[in-house]
Amino acid sequence: MTAAPMTIEDIKTAIEVNVPGASVSIVPNGSPSAQHSLLLDSEHAVDAARFLRDHAVLRLDFCSNMTAVDWLDTELSEKVKVQKLIDGVETEAEETRKTKVPGYLEAVYHLFSMEKKHGPVILRLRTKNRTDQVNLPSLTPIWRSAEFQEREAFDLYGIVFDGHPDLRRIFMWEEFTDHPMRKDYVPPTDDEVELMEVARR
Amino acid sequence: MSHDPTLSESERQSSHGLNPIDQPHLTALKTELNKYGIFTTTLEDLYNWGRKNSVWPLTFGLACCAIEMIATTMARYDLARFGAEVFRPSPRQADLIIVSGTVTKKMAPLIVRLYDQMPEPKYVIAMGACAISGGPFRDGYNVLKGIDRYIPVDVHIPGCPPRPEALISAFITLQEKIAAQHITGEDRPRHLKANEPSEFPVPGYGAHDLDPPSNTIVFAANNPLKVIQ
Repeated sequence: MTAAPMTIEDIKTAIEVNVPGASVSIVPNGSPSAQHSLLLDSEHAVDAARFLRDHAVLRLDFCSNMTAVDWLDTELSEKVKVQKLIDGVETEAEETRKTKVPGYLEAVYHLFSMEKKHGPVILRLRTKNRTDQVNLPSLTPIWRSAEFQEREAFDLYGIVFDGHPDLRRIFMWEEFTDHPMRKDYVPPTDDEVELMEVARR
Repeated sequence: MSHDPTLSESERQSSHGLNPIDQPHLTALKTELNKYGIFTTTLEDLYNWGRKNSVWPLTFGLACCAIEMIATTMARYDLARFGAEVFRPSPRQADLIIVSGTVTKKMAPLIVRLYDQMPEPKYVIAMGACAISGGPFRDGYNVLKGIDRYIPVDVHIPGCPPRPEALISAFITLQEKIAAQHITGEDRPRHLKANEPSEFPVPGYGAHDLDPPSNTIVFAANNPLKVIQ
């Protein structure tokens, strides 16, 4: 396996040129591995994926891994300099402004080419939020190997994959309503040692 | 026969709290008769001797402990020496269920159902850290924190996984337990008490956890931590 024959920027441009309307952005990876990934928009993700699979040079014919990440709502606080009237004198003061960044669920696909022996190329898809708009297009029609792993992401993270042929829970039972790999998941307290600790307090 | 039919049930229970069969003068009598070449036994001894030497386990394994269990039955450790070589493929023919490995919450109802399907007298060995407490996966959302939450366990084996010698030791412990059981008296085992249950409720799959999270009657009976509730 060697690195992909095209740079991540070239892949991004190729998708944008060949898939009309697609907007791709690069998510940089600052670590020494420098495995930057491509963030696709949900609407054109299937077309972009098909383009990558059928591309003459890339031929990303194998999705080796599909996983998910839960990004919680975050609060960005930045210090802004504002002109303020203090005791009748206009002075420069610092003010912290807090902006809420809504969280999202992210699906990550690691693609390789068995034919051209290269990889990985990493794709990301993001949901609009973590609560009610958690739909993403399924890439199972493009790569069959994503089927069970998308079911796993559906089970443990609650991402709903539109277009998946058989979207059922894969690990937990069907009556289960939680998504245990989400960061705000609270497991049931059925641990008698824990209960003893609570009673002691 | 050791029982005097003229004695009532309460009189048979001697003031020392001993079952009549355990009374020292009877053991002494048996030994004395043996010296004259007369072999005596009791129905109870015969019954227990037969049972303890033909405990047939269920063909049932869950995780890495099952590999040790399989090794125990093979030539090197040879569980057959203790009369337990016939692993039965059906719970209807099994006397012992060795819970060998991690019990996930999804699997727990099935284990309880297998246990319910076994005929009395039946025994449970919880093998390994996971089966007795959840082990290293205790904090996991999907792992049952010990099978003793739903079914009564006779022998617990710690270890991760326990070596075959540990399983053999547990098996001998179980045999000793069977040999010490009385067929009459208040301390007779569950399968000889008509009003004691031989089946336990199978937990259901709930929205957040198993429903109920433990069978409080079974769990509290064997759990030293029950006092906290």
